[in-house]
Amino acid sequence: MNLTTSPILSIVTFLPLLGVLCIAFLPSSAAGDRNARWIALYTTLFTFAISLLIWINFDPSTADFQFVEETAWLGPLRYKMGVDGISMLFVILTTFLMPLCILASWTSVSYRVKEYMIAFLALETLMVGVFCALDLILFYLFFEAGLIPMFLIIGIWGGQRRIYASFKFFLYTLLGSVLMLVAMLAMYWQAGTTDIPTLLTTEFPREMQLWLWLAFFASFAVKLPMWPVHTWLPDAHVEAPTAGSVVLAAILLKMGGYGFLRFSLPMFPLASQDLAPLMLTLSVIAIVYTSLVALAQEDMKKLIAYSSVAHMGFVTMGIFSFTHQGVEGALFQMLSHGLISAALFLCVGIIYDRMHTREIAAYGGLVHRMPIYASCFMLFTMANVGLPGTSGFIGEFLTLLGAFHANTWVGFLAATGIILSAGYALYLYRRVVFGELEKPSLAKLADMTPREIAIMAPLVILTVFFGFYPAPLLDVMAVSVKNLLADYQAAIGQAAALATP
Amino acid sequence: MSILLGYAPALPEILLAVGAMVLLMLGAFGADDENTYNLANWLAVLLLVAAAVVIALQPPATEQLFEGAFIVDTFGRFMKLLVLIGSAATLLLSTDFLSQKRLTKFEYPVLILLATVGMMMMVSANDLIALYLAMELQSLALYVLASVHRENLRSSEAGLKYFVLGALASGMLLYGASLVYGFAGSTSFQVIAGVAQAHDAAQNIGLIVGLVFILVGIAFKISAVPFHMWTPDVYEGAPSPVTAFFASAPKIAAMALLMRILGGAFPGLEPQWLQVIWFISVASMILGAFGAIGQTNIKRLMGYSSIGHIGFALVGLAAGTHEGAQSVLVYLVIYLVMTLGTFACILAMRRNDEMIEEIDQLSGLAQTNLPMAFTFGMLMFSLAGIPPLAGFFAKLYVFGAAVQAGLYPLAIVGLLASVVGAFYYIRIVLIMFVREPVEGFTPVPGKLGFLMAASLLFIFVFVAPFVGDAIVVAADAAAKSLRF
Repeated sequence: MNLTTSPILSIVTFLPLLGVLCIAFLPSSAAGDRNARWIALYTTLFTFAISLLIWINFDPSTADFQFVEETAWLGPLRYKMGVDGISMLFVILTTFLMPLCILASWTSVSYRVKEYMIAFLALETLMVGVFCALDLILFYLFFEAGLIPMFLIIGIWGGQRRIYASFKFFLYTLLGSVLMLVAMLAMYWQAGTTDIPTLLTTEFPREMQLWLWLAFFASFAVKLPMWPVHTWLPDAHVEAPTAGSVVLAAILLKMGGYGFLRFSLPMFPLASQDLAPLMLTLSVIAIVYTSLVALAQEDMKKLIAYSSVAHMGFVTMGIFSFTHQGVEGALFQMLSHGLISAALFLCVGIIYDRMHTREIAAYGGLVHRMPIYASCFMLFTMANVGLPGTSGFIGEFLTLLGAFHANTWVGFLAATGIILSAGYALYLYRRVVFGELEKPSLAKLADMTPREIAIMAPLVILTVFFGFYPAPLLDVMAVSVKNLLADYQAAIGQAAALATP
Repeated sequence: MSILLGYAPALPEILLAVGAMVLLMLGAFGADDENTYNLANWLAVLLLVAAAVVIALQPPATEQLFEGAFIVDTFGRFMKLLVLIGSAATLLLSTDFLSQKRLTKFEYPVLILLATVGMMMMVSANDLIALYLAMELQSLALYVLASVHRENLRSSEAGLKYFVLGALASGMLLYGASLVYGFAGSTSFQVIAGVAQAHDAAQNIGLIVGLVFILVGIAFKISAVPFHMWTPDVYEGAPSPVTAFFASAPKIAAMALLMRILGGAFPGLEPQWLQVIWFISVASMILGAFGAIGQTNIKRLMGYSSIGHIGFALVGLAAGTHEGAQSVLVYLVIYLVMTLGTFACILAMRRNDEMIEEIDQLSGLAQTNLPMAFTFGMLMFSLAGIPPLAGFFAKLYVFGAAVQAGLYPLAIVGLLASVVGAFYYIRIVLIMFVREPVEGFTPVPGKLGFLMAASLLFIFVFVAPFVGDAIVVAADAAAKSLRF
C-alpha cells in the first residue's frame, strides 16, 4: 500500500464510525452491552494501530502538509485533509487515548452502554478530524460537531449537577465559536478560498487581522480555556464521567492551543504581535491565579481541572513568546499534559469507582491498602508538578525558556506558578494517600485490578520515557515550528519595513 | 388546440385546481364516511406528486402567461416543488391524527389542494392583482383549516384569530398595492420595476409608502416581527397537522412572493427595502430566540422557533445579492425538511388516544423509544444549527452572504441569537435523554415514522459530497432567474 496516495487520514478519521454502525445494530441486552464494549475497544485499538502508520511514514524533514487528500465537497468548499509536524502528534495522542477511555469505562458505565460507546466513537472521529482538516469550514464542522457527543456524555452519564454542567459547557463553547465562524466567512470573502495552506500564505490587512484574531481568540480562549473564561471547565470536569474528563482534559482542550498555532499565529502575525502582551498577561494570571484556586479545592476532580487551566497557561505563554523553544515547549506541554492529566483523572476514577465520592476529605492513608495505586498516583503527581525526569518537566522548562526570552517578568511569575503547583499537588497527594488509614469505609479497599494496571502502564511508561528522551516528539515538530516562526518573522519584518520607508 | 398548448406552463396549477373540483364532487356525491376521506386523501397526494412531476419535466425557460400576470421560471419551479413537498407531507402527517379525532372529512384534502394552488400562484404571480388573488385563495383555505376541529374551542379560536389578523394584513397589502398602482400606473411588475428604476424613484413617496404596506402584508404571512403576534396562538390552537402545514408550505410561498416582488418589481429601491428587511430580520431572530425560552408547549415553542428561522432566512435577503438570494433558497429547503420532521415527531407524541403537547412529557423518551428520541434530538441540534447537520449549512450560507455584503452587525447579532436559541433546543434534548422516563407514547404510526426517517436521513447526508452541493447548485440557478 502506497501511503502517499492512499487516504490514510480519512481512514483513521472515519474508522470509528464503522464501529458506531456495528454497535447501533446490536440488541439491547446484557450481551449487547458486552459486545458493544468489545467492539468499541477493538475499533479504537485498530484505529490506533493504523494511525501509527502515519507516524512511521511521516517525513520530519519538511514543513509541508503530508498525506494530503482532496476532493470536491460543497461548491467552493473542499474536503481536504493533511497533517504536518504540528498536528500529526495530536492525531496519535487522540487515537492512543481512546482505547484507554473505553477500558476506563468498562465497568463504571453500567447503563445505556451502547449509546455511551457510540458517543465515544463518534467523538473520536470528530476529534481526529479537527487535527486533520485543511479547510476552514471542514475544521469548524469537526470542531463544533464534537459538542454534540460531549454534551450527551456529560448530560447522560454525568454526576449530580450534570444538567447545569452540560448546558454551561455547550453554550460557552458555542458562543465562542460562532464569532469564529463570522471571521472564517470574512476570510473566505477576502481571500476567495477556505483552503488552509493557501490562507497560511495570504496576507490580510492589518486592521482586518486584528478583528479576525479577536474572533478566533473568542473561540480558542474558551476551548483552551484561558482565564477568565475558564469557569465552564471545573463544572464540566466534575460532572463528566471519568472517561469524559479524560477526553476533555487530554484532547478537547488541546484544540484551543492547536487553533492558536494553526490559525492565529501564522495567519494573523501582525495582530499576534500586537496582542502578545495581552496573551502573556492572561497566561500568567491563569498560571498564578488558578494555581491558588486549586489549593483551596475540596473536590479532587475540581483541583485537577484548575491545574489544567494553569498548565494551559504555560501553553499560551510559550506560543506567544514567539521563540523556537517556547512554541516547541507549548506543543510538548500539550502532548505531555494530554498524558498526565488523562492519567490523573483516571487515578481519581479508580478510587471513585470504589468509594463513589471525589471529596478529598473522604480519603486518607490509601498507601496502606493500595500500594500500586499510590506509586502510580505519585508518579503522575510529580509529573504534574514538572519534576525532571517526567515529560511534564520538558514542556514547562521549554516554555519558561521562551518566556524569559520574551519578558523576564512573565518568566519569573510563571516560575512561581510551578512552586504553587507543587504546593497543591503534594498537598492533594498527602491528604489522599499518606497518613493513617483511619476511616472505616476505606478498610476494605482493594488495589488496582489488572484492567486498571493495563490502562495505567502505557501512560506511566510514556510519561517517564518522554521525560528522559523527548527527541522523538521534538524531532517531528522541529521543522514545522521553525518554518512557522520564520514565516512569522518575515511577516513582521515586512510590515516594519513598510512602516519605516 | 394551439390555444390550449399556450397554457402548458400553468399545467400543474390547472391540474391541481381541476383535481380539487373533482374531489369535491366525489365527496359531495359519495358516502359520508372514512373511506371517502381515505380515497380523497390518496388521490390528493397523487395529484400533488403528478404536479411535481410535471414541474420537474418543464423545460428550464422563463415563460409568461395571461398578459404577463403569471410567470414560470426556474425560481418558480424550485419554490413550487418545495410547496408541493410541504403539502404532500402534510397530507401524510394528517391521516392518523384525523381518524383518531374523527375529523376524517373529505374537505380536508380538498382544502389543502386549494391552498396549494393558491401558493403555487403566489410563487408565479407577476402582477399585483394576480398576487392578491393567489394570496386570498391560499388564505381562505387556511382560515378554514385552522378551525377544522370545530368542536374544539382552541381550534375555533385559532381560526378566528388567524382570520381577523389575516384580513387586516390583506387590507394593508391591498392598500399598498393600490398606492403602487396609483403612482406607477400599472399593476404589472415589469412596469413597476421601470418606474422604480427611474432616477427620482427614491423621491416617489407614494411608491415607497405602497412598498412598505405591501411588505407589512407579506411580513404577516411569513410571521416576521413585528407582525408575528398571531403565530404562537395559532400554532398552539390549530390541530397539529394543520400547524405543520402552516409552518411549512405557506411560509415558503410567502417568502417566494417576497423575493419575487422585491427583486421583480422594486429593483431600483434596494436602499429603501433593504433596511426594512434588515430590521425585521434582526427583530425576528431576537424575538424568536428569547420568546421560546419560557415555553412549555411544544407547538408554541415551534411557533417562536419558526419566527426565528424566518429571521435567519431574511438575513440572506437583507444582503440583497445573488449569493443572498441563493442562500435564502438553501435555507428554505433545509427549514422545510427540519420542520416537517419535527412535526412528525410532535404528532407521534400520543398516549392513550390523547395528543401530548407539554414539553415535560418528553421526559426520558430515550428510554422508552430511542429511535424517536434520537430523531427528535438530532432535529433539535439541526434547528439549533450545530454541524455536521443540515441546519448548520443553512445558517452558513445566509451568514456567508451577509458577511459578503459587509453586514457584520447583522451576522454577529444573528449568530448570537442562534446561541440563545440553542439553549431551548438542547433543553428538549436533555429532557428526552436525561430525565427519568414517564409513561411511554403509543407506538409511532408508519407514515410518521417514514417522514421522521426521511428528514433524519436528509439532515445527516446533506454534509456528504454532492448531496448538499446538488441543492446549492439548484438554488443558484433559481436565484439567477430572479434577477438577483
